[in-house]
Amino acid sequence: MLDSTIDSLNSGESPLLRTIGLTKRYGDFLANDSIDIDIRSGEIHALLGENGAGKSTLVKAIYGLIQPSAGEIRWRGERITLSGPSDARRRGIGMVFQHFSLFDNLTVAENVALGLDGKESFKDMSARLERVSKTYGLPLDPRREVWQLSVGERQRIEIVRALMQEPKFLILDEPTAVLTPQEADQLFVVLERLKAEGRAVLYISHKLEEVKRLCDTATILRGGRKVATCNPGLETAASLARMMVGGEIKEVKAASGRKTTVPRLVVNDLSLAPGEAHGVRLEHISFELKGGEILGIAGVAGNGQDELFAALSGERLSKDPGTVVIEGIAAGHLSITQRRKLGAAFVPEERLGHGTAPRMKLSENALLTGHAASGMVHRGFINAAATLDTVDRATETFDVRKAKRDPEAASLSGGNLQKFIVGREILRNPAVLVVNQPTWGVDAGAAAVIRQALLDLAAAGAAVLVTSQDLDELTEIADRIAVMFHGKLSAPLATSEATRERLGLLMGGSSLEPKEAAHAVGA
Amino acid sequence: MELVEAIILSVLAASTPLLIAATGELVTERSGVLNLGVEGMMIVGAACGFAGAWLTGSIFIGALFGIVAGTMMSLIFALMALGLAVNQVATGLALTILGVGLSGLIGAGFVGERITPAVHLFIPGLTDIPLVGRVLFGEDGFVYVSIALVLGVWWFLYRTRAGLILRACGDNHVSAHALGYPVLRIRTFAVMFGGACAGLAGAYLPLAYTPFFIPGMTAGRGWIALALVVFSSWRPGRLVVGAYLFGAVTILQLHAQGWGVGIPSQFMSALPYLATIIVLVLLSRARSGGSTAPAALGTVFVPDR
Repeated sequence: MLDSTIDSLNSGESPLLRTIGLTKRYGDFLANDSIDIDIRSGEIHALLGENGAGKSTLVKAIYGLIQPSAGEIRWRGERITLSGPSDARRRGIGMVFQHFSLFDNLTVAENVALGLDGKESFKDMSARLERVSKTYGLPLDPRREVWQLSVGERQRIEIVRALMQEPKFLILDEPTAVLTPQEADQLFVVLERLKAEGRAVLYISHKLEEVKRLCDTATILRGGRKVATCNPGLETAASLARMMVGGEIKEVKAASGRKTTVPRLVVNDLSLAPGEAHGVRLEHISFELKGGEILGIAGVAGNGQDELFAALSGERLSKDPGTVVIEGIAAGHLSITQRRKLGAAFVPEERLGHGTAPRMKLSENALLTGHAASGMVHRGFINAAATLDTVDRATETFDVRKAKRDPEAASLSGGNLQKFIVGREILRNPAVLVVNQPTWGVDAGAAAVIRQALLDLAAAGAAVLVTSQDLDELTEIADRIAVMFHGKLSAPLATSEATRERLGLLMGGSSLEPKEAAHAVGA
Repeated sequence: MELVEAIILSVLAASTPLLIAATGELVTERSGVLNLGVEGMMIVGAACGFAGAWLTGSIFIGALFGIVAGTMMSLIFALMALGLAVNQVATGLALTILGVGLSGLIGAGFVGERITPAVHLFIPGLTDIPLVGRVLFGEDGFVYVSIALVLGVWWFLYRTRAGLILRACGDNHVSAHALGYPVLRIRTFAVMFGGACAGLAGAYLPLAYTPFFIPGMTAGRGWIALALVVFSSWRPGRLVVGAYLFGAVTILQLHAQGWGVGIPSQFMSALPYLATIIVLVLLSRARSGGSTAPAALGTVFVPDR
C-alpha cells in the first residue's frame, strides 16, 4: 500500500491537478508564495498548516473563488484560468467549505439545487439527491429546512451537494472539526469510497492523527510557503507538527495541584428557556467544581454550550439564585459585575465582539472586564496607568505579540488576542474561571501557552471550567469531562475513563449504561 | 347596495398603491437589501408620472414615466448602498429626503393642472352585474396590474430558479458568493425592480386616484408599504391580505366618522395601523420556528477578489 503510493509519486504520469508557482498577493502580504502542488487521481492528499499558513487562500484559488496573482493551475495537464466556482464545478472540481455555504431558511433540496447548474428540473434533482445520499450512506430529508438540522447533517448536505456534481476532485476544508468521532468515522468511509472510485480528495485538517490514518500524501504550508511534501503514514504526529510550526511545541505539563475540598462553583438543577429563536433550552444541569480542579465540557457545537456560558457569566439571569453558586454565595440572580466581584472570570468563545470590543485599545478592553475588582477605577475615574500596566503584564506573562504597546484589539492575530484575553482574566487571580473554546482557531504555539496557563491557574487553587469541541484538548488538561447534548449535561467522567468512544457516544446523544455512569461519578 | 359597492371600489383604490410599492420592496428585501427610500421613490414617481401624462395626454406614458423615475431613483440607492457599500439605512433615508425635494421641483410647474384620469374597464354585460360587476370588471388598469404583479412575484420567488437564487442571496450572501452567484448584480436588479414598483405606485396617485398633482401627495404611503412588508413576514400572500386590510379599515373608518360613531376621531384614524398589525402578527404566529426576515437583510456585502 505504502510502496504503491510512493511509486505513483515517482511515476511520470501527469497529475490530475498541478499548481506551478501559485502566488496570491494582498497588498504587501504574500498569502501564497509560489506554491507547487501535485494531486493525483485516487489519492487523499492532506493540506496541513497553522492558521494563516495560506491553506484557505490556496484552495480558494483552485476553486476559482479568487484569482492568483501569479503562477498557473494545470488541470489534467492543461493550463486553465478559472472564471469562478461554477467554472471549477463544470470541470469537475468540488468543494466542501469549513464554514458551510448553506442557507438556513431554505430546504435541503433548495440548498442542493443552488449548488448545481440547474439544468435538470427540481423534481429530477430531488430524486437524484435521494439516490446519491442513499448510495453513499448519507441520509437526508430533502424537505426539511436547514436551521432544523444538526451540524453533522448540515455537513452531509454539503458533501452530497458536492458529490452530485460528479467531481473528479473534491476539496474538504476541515470537515471533522465539528463532528463527533463516530460521525468522523462515517465520513472517512465515504472518503475511502471516493478514493476507490478513482477520485482525488484534498483534505485540510488540524487533526494530525486523522491525517496519518487517512491520507496518502501531505503537503505542508507555513507562512504562505510550501515547506514539505511527505507521506504522513511514515511521519509521526510530532514530526508533522514540527514542520507546520517550524520548531518544537512546548509540551503542556500539569503541575501537582493544590486540590481543595471546597466547591468554588456549584450549579444546581439549572434550567433556562432559550433566549433567541434557534437557541437551546438548558435542562436540569448540575455539577460541582472544586478548587484546583479543571472540568471539561465536551460536545458538538450548538448543544447548549453558549447558553450555559451565558447562564454562568450572568449574561442571562436565572430566576432562582441557588442555581449558580460562586464561592458559596447564591449568584443565579446576580449581574456579570457582581459575579466578577465574587471572584469569577469569564472568557467567551468569540474573541472579537464578545471577548473584546474590536475597535477599542487593549487597555480599554482590560478595563471593560477589570473595572469592578482590579483597582483600575478610582472614584469613578479611570486609572490609565493601571490599565496600561495590565496590558504590559499580560503581554509579558503570556507572550502576546503586537505591533505597539497598546493597539486596537482587532489588529491582533487570533492567537495573540486570545492569549491577551485569557491573560487579562488570569491576572485578576480569579477563584473561578469559565472559559469557552479557549483555543478555537488558535495556532498550536499559542494554544500550548493558553492550556499551560489554565493548568497553572488550577494548580494555584482556582476552579476552571473549560468548554471545548477539541477532545484532545480536554483529555490533555481536564480532570473530569462531561458532555453536553441537547441542553443536557452528562455526569462527568474521570479523564482516565473518558475514552473517545465513550465521549463520542455521549456527544451523539446515547447514554452510557447507568452502572458505568454511576461508577464514573464516584471517581 | 350602492354604498357597499362604492366602499369596495374605494378600498381597492386606496390599497392598490400600497400593494404595488410593497410588492417591489418585498422583492428588494428578499434579496437582502433594505431600501428605506420607498417614500422618496414613490413621490418622484408621482411627479414624473403626472408630468408625463400631462405632456403627452397618455396615462400609459405617464405610468411609464413613473416607472422610469422610480428606477432611476433606485439606481442612486444601488450605487451608494451596493456599489460603495454605504450603510443601507442611512442611504434609504437620504433617498427619501432627496425624493421629496426633487418631486417638489419637478412638480412645481404642474400644481393646479388637471388631467383626464385613467379609464376604467368596461365590458358590456359583465360590468353591469350588480355589486360584483364593477368591482371585478370595472377597475382601472393599475388594479389589474397590481394583482398580476403579486401573482407574478409569488410565482417568481417560489417556482423559478432565479427566484430561489434571489432568496438565497437574501438569506446568506457569503454562501451565495461562495457558490459563485453574482450577489451584487442580483441585488441591483432587485433594487431596480423595487424602484420601478415604487415609481408605478407613486404614479398611480395623480393618474388614477386623483387627477392632479400636489406636493407630498404620497402622504406616508411609502412608509406604510415598508411596514406591510415587515408585518407580512416577507410573504406575497400575506402582503395582499395586509394591503387590502389596511385600505379597507382606512376607508371604513372614514365612513364611520361620517356616520358619527361616538369614538374619538384620533382613535379611528389610528385604527388601520392597529388592525393591520394585529392581523399580520396573528398570521405570522401560525408559523413556528425559522427566522421570518431574510437573514442577510440590511447587511453590507463586499466580495473579496
